[in-house]
Order: sequence, then structure tokens, then C-alpha cells
Amino acid sequence: MIWDRRHECMPREEIEQLQLERLQSTLNRVYRNVSFYKKKFDQLKISPEDIQGMSDLIRFPLTAKEDLRESYPYGMFALTLRDVVRIHSSSGVTGKPTVTGYTRNDLHHWSQLTARVLTAGGVTKDDVVQITFKYGLFTGAFGLHHGAELIGASVIPMSTGNTAKQVMIMQDYRTTALVSTPSYALLLGRHMERQGINPKSLSLKLGLFGGEPWSEAMRQEIEESLSINATDNYGVSEVMGPGVAAECEAKDGLHISEDHFIPEIIDPQTLKPLPPGSEGELVLTTLTKEAFPLVRYRTRDITTLSYAPCSCGRTQVRMKKVLGRSDDILILKGIKIFPSQVEAILMEVEGVEPRYQLIADRIEGADTLELRVEVNEEVFFDEIKILQNISLQIERKLREIIGLSAKVKLVAPESLRPADGKIPKVVDRRKK
Amino acid sequence: MLRLESVSASHGSIQALRNVSLHVSAGEIVTLLGGNGSGKTTLMRVISGIHPSSKGRLIFGGQNIAGIPAEQVLRLGVGQVPEGRQIFAPLSVLDNLLLGAYVRFKGSEKKEVWKDLEGVFGLFPVLKERERQRAGTLSGGEQQMVAIGRTLMSRPKLLLLDEPSMGLAPRVVGDIFRAIRTLPGRGTTILLVEQNAKAALRIAERGYVMETGRIILEGETEDLLNNREVQRAYLGKEYREIWE
Repeated sequence: MIWDRRHECMPREEIEQLQLERLQSTLNRVYRNVSFYKKKFDQLKISPEDIQGMSDLIRFPLTAKEDLRESYPYGMFALTLRDVVRIHSSSGVTGKPTVTGYTRNDLHHWSQLTARVLTAGGVTKDDVVQITFKYGLFTGAFGLHHGAELIGASVIPMSTGNTAKQVMIMQDYRTTALVSTPSYALLLGRHMERQGINPKSLSLKLGLFGGEPWSEAMRQEIEESLSINATDNYGVSEVMGPGVAAECEAKDGLHISEDHFIPEIIDPQTLKPLPPGSEGELVLTTLTKEAFPLVRYRTRDITTLSYAPCSCGRTQVRMKKVLGRSDDILILKGIKIFPSQVEAILMEVEGVEPRYQLIADRIEGADTLELRVEVNEEVFFDEIKILQNISLQIERKLREIIGLSAKVKLVAPESLRPADGKIPKVVDRRKK
Repeated sequence: MLRLESVSASHGSIQALRNVSLHVSAGEIVTLLGGNGSGKTTLMRVISGIHPSSKGRLIFGGQNIAGIPAEQVLRLGVGQVPEGRQIFAPLSVLDNLLLGAYVRFKGSEKKEVWKDLEGVFGLFPVLKERERQRAGTLSGGEQQMVAIGRTLMSRPKLLLLDEPSMGLAPRVVGDIFRAIRTLPGRGTTILLVEQNAKAALRIAERGYVMETGRIILEGETEDLLNNREVQRAYLGKEYREIWE
């Protein structure tokens, strides 16, 4: 199903014309209204008039998360608060929070875009949608909430936590679609297994997951343990929140809503644009945002773009499932490692949880890699021999699949401590 | 139908259009809003070939029309109703209308011209009542109808309307805009330049907002109506800075 056929299936030529028009008017507005951009453009001696075609965008400066922090709280708004009807922000655990604002039109577009996401994932007006993202300053819950209401589905705004209650509601209210992070879906599946609840006894049939990178192996386990069809969706809270891109039924990449965003791929080290089809960091420019437009925003997410036609009929470019964040890529002895690869390996090993941490270090000039993995309780108190077996199994797979030897350390359940709500998947101690 | 890619133009040393891109699809009514001197009229004149563009591409029906003389652009199907009507005051209403079809008087088409004339009278019945009257003696609203009717007689695929509401009473504006709204159904696509944003947004599907030769906003009518900048600048909604 397609929510907005006119835009999602627009011929390429028309998409590009629309992007050019919207890019020019966005740049005209940010140059006039946002002093950060005016200063930056003036320094580089470029002006919005230098956009003659889409290929001229690469001459404009990149915007990074640090820029948003420095303009805390409202420095990068293109309109005054008078015109803003909603404010969201990051938690600010790792630095000053980043604050974003939405006008009435921005909210209207946001609902339209998340309605596209939900429709692509199979949600219709007949569905009962349980949203387990946290309702609050974060964008996830409200974004998808409004899209689901726009479609006409019945929305259960559960917010996070209380797994037993989530399952009870799911059973009693006959939830058909689950909106959550993939790791929470996994947790729900395991909880039901422990409680002896047969997933087939539920009404659940769809899962729409986002908020963090997840592997195909994880998708398989979620689909089996919850007996659902699971699709991935992608958002960036500074750019809009959920609604930037979503998987269709083909599950072969996520369609980016190109009538609202221009995607580019750059090399995260050199910051140079990469040729089509290359793997690199995703950079997004907003085309319709009024309150908080962003020009060439570095998402830090690593992916690839494909302009090949999709079997679903949408013409909009597809981004590969995000492999990881550019901050999370480890390069060790010339080998690039993504946390998602490690995760895929762990999914195949019995007894371990997909909670892990990669620690790179330099000992006497030599780079070393340690993988800390949580194991479940039964295993943790089991025989040493079984534990050893598991470590050996993981070490062997790492060597075979990634080509790297790592020391595997099995740790007690829930002993890896999260920072900012998530466990840092990569710790690189070589940098000091 | 019409596509502009990064079009610039100047009046002497003054740059009147800066990098303007826009499009109008067949069957649409698209409006172009902006204050005095924002470049709207220049843009219309560039499209119809009366004013030269200095940069960019103008595609009409798949063909680049930048640099093509105005009469040829007219033959391709772009008709412009000029700002201030510019009708021929001493001539009758009928003669004014027939003049609009002069590019088509080639024997075989004559019958068609009379049929189109009936179409114009159907659109503006008051003109039928006054067909023998001198155009200069008509009211402002009727003169505007003559100007629109005259351009329609050239059977344009795309009709460029420059400020059709100028100097007219609200009731007459309503009559004229109701007639304009029916044109896409009769096979004419509309690009409408207006200062009367309220009236224009009532009939358009999409719009662009111009400021000092640049397009600063683009969107569907609903988005423009909800945009606070448009509300303040063109719809007369009150506004005070929050920081004050």
C-alpha cells in the first residue's frame, strides 16, 4: 500500500524539479533568517544563487551536531517562537541538548510523512497501533502517533517500560501493529517466551521498528518470536524525527521521502561526496521545514543509496538499512568493523544476549579488540566448560566472518551499563 | 507543461529575477504571490518571451523557449493577459475578442474561431450583451473580462494572468475568479500572478511566493494559507515580535 502515490511514485524528472525549487527557496530563507547560515555562506563567498542545478549543493557547507549545540537553544530557528507550535529536543546527556521546533505546517508534513512510513509497513485504518516509544521530548512517539491517527488507525499511546503491562494490553486490546525499537521488540518476544505466551494467540501481525541500527538476523528473530512482519524505518531527530525513510514490502532498502529531503553520501573522514552506490555517511538537507531547516546535515549514519527502480512502484531513492554510525565504525588493522556485523554473529549463538560492547585498545603498540557480551542467567551460572565453548564459538565466527581475532569476555546479564539510554556499542581507547 | 530552471533576468543594471525555478503541470492553477517590485510581472514577461532571460532554462511542452520571440511563444500556446488589461478602447467588444484570434485566421480555422467566441460568451455572458459596445465604455470588471476573453481566443494551453483583480470591487473579483476556476476544465492551464492573495489562494492548487526577485516559499495552497509569513505579508494578519 502507498499513502501518497502522487509524491511517492513521482517520475524522477519531476522529483528533481521539485527538489531544485524547494532547495532554492529553502536556501533563500535560511540565508535571510538564520545568522549561522548567512555567516557560513558569506565566509565561503557563496550565495543561494549559486544553486543552478542539484549538483551545486556540494559547494555548500556541512552542518554538524556541534553547530546545533553551539546555537543552543533557538539560534538556528528560521522563525521566531511565535510561529512555532511544538518543541522537541535531545536528552543532552553527552552535551548541550539540541532543540528543534515545528510550525503548524511542519507538523502537518510530519504526520503525512509518518503516514507514509506506517502505510509502507502495512498499517491501515483497521489496525490497532501500540506505540512503545517514550512520549516526551523525543520525536519518535509523537511523530508516528500523528501519522497513525491520520491514517485512521486506533492508537494506543503506551510509552516505554512495564513489559508485563505492554503484553497484557497487547492481548486485551488486540493490538495488531507494534511500534518500538527493535531491541525492545526482541525483549518483548523473550518475555512472552518465558511466560509461555504463544505469539500466535495475539492479534499482532505487524512491527515497525526504528531508532537504532539492527541486523537482518535480529529481524528474523523478531519476526519468529512475535510472529509478525517486521519493517525498518529511519529518522533523525534533528532533521524531523521518524518519517525520513521507510522500508516497503520489498524489504530491500528504505525509501527516502525525496520531496522533503535531499540525501547525499560523503566520506566521513575526508567529508568529500562519494560516487553513486558508495558506502558512506548520510547527509540530509530539508526541503519543506519552516521552523528548523537544515542544510547538508551530517547524520553520522553509514549507508548506501540506490536509485534502481523498486518492485513496490515507489520511485524514491532507497537507502540501505543503516549499518552503523560513523562514530561506531572501528578500523582495526585495516579492517572495518560495524557493530551490526558483530550483532549478526551474536544472534546465531545460543545463550547470549544481543547486548555487547566492542573495546579497542592499543597495548605496547599493537591494536587489540575485546568483545564483551552479556549471557543469560542460566548460562552464566552454568559450567565453565559451556561458557568457554560459547566464547570459542564467537571467536571463531569473528575470525571467519570479519577476519579478525578478538578476545571474547562473557559478562553477567545487565552488567553493561547504558549511557544516554543506550549501551555504547564501541569504545575506542586508542584515541588517547 | 511549463518548467523554469534557475532563470535570471535583469532590467538594465537591476537584477529583477534571481535563480527562479518553478513548474506548472497541465490542468493546474498555480499562483505566484509577492509584493510590488518582487519580480512577478518580469517573470510573466520572461515566460511569454517579451522580456529576455539572462540565465537558466524555460521549458514549455518539452521545448526550450528561452530566447524565442514572443509571437512564436504565443503560437506554441502561451497566452498572456497583461497587467492593466490594455484593451483597445475605441474598438467594439467583438472586435477586441476577434483580435485575440488573429494568429489563427487562416481560412480553415475560421469556423473554430466563431465557436471559441461562443465559449467566451458562455464564460462571461455580460460580454455577449455588450458585443457592439465600445470596449472603452465598459466597467473595469467588464474590461478585464474582455482582456481575458481576448487572450482565450488564441486558444492558449497555458494562460498567464497578471493581476486580474487589480482595481476591481470584491464582488467583481469574485465573478472573474469563478470564471478562471473553470478554465482548466476547458483545457487551459493557469499561472496566476496576484497581490490579492486571499482570492488567488481560493482557486489555486499550489503557489510560489516571491521576494526581491527570489522564490522564498513554495507549496500547496493549504501550506501557504497556514504559513505565518504569508499570513502577515499577504493576508493581513496581525503580528508582533515575541522578543519585544
